[in-house]
Amino acid sequence: MKVVSSVALQERLLAALETVRDPELDEPITSLGFVASCTVSADGDAEVRLRLPTYFCAPNFAYLMVADAYDAVSVLPGVRNTSVVLEEHFASDAINGGVAAQAGFVRSFDGEAVAELDSLRADFLRKAVMAGTDQVCRPLLAAGKDQAALLAMKLGEVPPSRALTRLRERRADLGLPAGDGAPLLIDPVTGRPISADAVPLHMRKAQLTRTSIEANSGICRGMLRHRYGTEGLGEAPGLDQTTEEDQ
Amino acid sequence: MYEHNGEKYFIVDSHMHYWNAAPDNWVPGAEQYAKGWIECFHAYQGLGPPETHWSIEHFQKYSEDDLMKDVFEDGHVDVAIFQPTNLKEWYTEGFNTTERNAVMGEKHPGKFIYNTNFDPRDSDAGLEELKRNVERFGSKGVKLYTAEWNNGSRGYKLSDPGAYRYLEAAQNLGIKNVHVHKGPTIWPLDKDAFDVADIDHCATDFPDLNFIIEHVGLPRIEDFCFMATQEPNVYAGLSVVIGGLMYARPNFFAKVIGELLFWVGEDKMTFGSDYGIWEPKWQVEGFANWEMPDREEFADFPRLGVAGKKKILGLNAAKLYDIKVPDEFQLPASAGTPGAHEVLGEPVAGA
Repeated sequence: MKVVSSVALQERLLAALETVRDPELDEPITSLGFVASCTVSADGDAEVRLRLPTYFCAPNFAYLMVADAYDAVSVLPGVRNTSVVLEEHFASDAINGGVAAQAGFVRSFDGEAVAELDSLRADFLRKAVMAGTDQVCRPLLAAGKDQAALLAMKLGEVPPSRALTRLRERRADLGLPAGDGAPLLIDPVTGRPISADAVPLHMRKAQLTRTSIEANSGICRGMLRHRYGTEGLGEAPGLDQTTEEDQ
Repeated sequence: MYEHNGEKYFIVDSHMHYWNAAPDNWVPGAEQYAKGWIECFHAYQGLGPPETHWSIEHFQKYSEDDLMKDVFEDGHVDVAIFQPTNLKEWYTEGFNTTERNAVMGEKHPGKFIYNTNFDPRDSDAGLEELKRNVERFGSKGVKLYTAEWNNGSRGYKLSDPGAYRYLEAAQNLGIKNVHVHKGPTIWPLDKDAFDVADIDHCATDFPDLNFIIEHVGLPRIEDFCFMATQEPNVYAGLSVVIGGLMYARPNFFAKVIGELLFWVGEDKMTFGSDYGIWEPKWQVEGFANWEMPDREEFADFPRLGVAGKKKILGLNAAKLYDIKVPDEFQLPASAGTPGAHEVLGEPVAGA
């Protein structure tokens, strides 16, 4: 059996948490500053502590982040036990206990929820696809392409970028076409190509969706800073937060 | 009244509060919620300029004198509209009830408008109370929280038959304006509490009522905009937009205002300070002085001129509430820019 040093394991643990996103903001929980601490003992007992901008942040999204963090950490080789603790939240007990017991959302909130969160998660992935469309298309438009050109483009023809990778991942998560030959502009629900006359509105909606997510992210970051005043592990400006410093 | 560059602005603060969230008002056994709620509000205040931040003790319970000074004396506001929030499960006397607002407001005639509230799940007794409140406080508006829990019900839709019954009754009592909280909330847990589809239905079915969506559905501005652009009687309440973004995130603020100007238009946007979360002074002054940044990324947003600012800061809400505005503040009928979404033409509705 391969022995893993706990320092290396700790780094892999943080790397695993970087794959966990706030489904609403479509950003890693690390860069958002939501990871208060993560430690792993020599025996492989991992503990992750998460924090959120407010005591009343939506419990459905909070649950998804805690559960996703648990799943990401517990599969790491060398991790024997996993504990993910959401701190100072009105539903901390239900969420922490439910995730630890692998109970699912409905059983964790007995009597308060009737459905798991898959459709909520899919709704927000579709929003991420729309926002990502604006992120990918805006530089293309700035470089001189017009909307007709975007309509004709395949994903494989778009110059590589972080935003493009992200867009393809989100589309793949939804089961939408994401290969080189897939059109750049598609309907995020049906996956069908956008028709020529619908392109101006599609682009306008993509921009609006991006603005909404980014503004929301800005508010969350500001409130987290107000609440804790310290940086989280791996905290960094988001893909879209670099143009503006917190006041 | 605010005067800037020779222009006079009549200010209506269409969304503000007078609450008591101090420990003396916490329901025994629910202290952690009462405390958590007001601390959450307090964190929002942190998004405003540092010199306007309050201590948590002051924030929990500000006095009548504080309010009069912050809102009217320093804050430039001419008329303020109280929006009640009951939250009686956490706060013994309620958080910010119509009753509490009126007891204070009656000492200052002409300064306040008292909106009331209802919950369609309260059946006939709720209708009676609504009637009493309208008669007693002269309310022309209501504030509704569709995501609120009530006796095991995890929120309601404004398009439910029970809600229609209340909306009809409210309309018959003279209610004109329905402020709907679509924004940060706690419950319901497994649904998207920000869903605005119900407003789409009732705005169509109640064309004589106005629906003001507070906090513009933040963080779902896109859903709100797509809906509002199709409904002539749906308005964007700017509480939280100005307070939460104008200072802390000026770029995003410009984009959000740009989108609202595009999809909703300056005739249907109303200023609300959300006091005591934020004081109106810096918001009114900042907004009257604000310009869309002159950079490429903002190029395809409509511009906001003096006429548009006058409408948003007071004249739009004055129309909704029949507030008499002196001639010196009025605009010529055609001043400003109409809802820019008309640029897109009809396809918006079918998209």
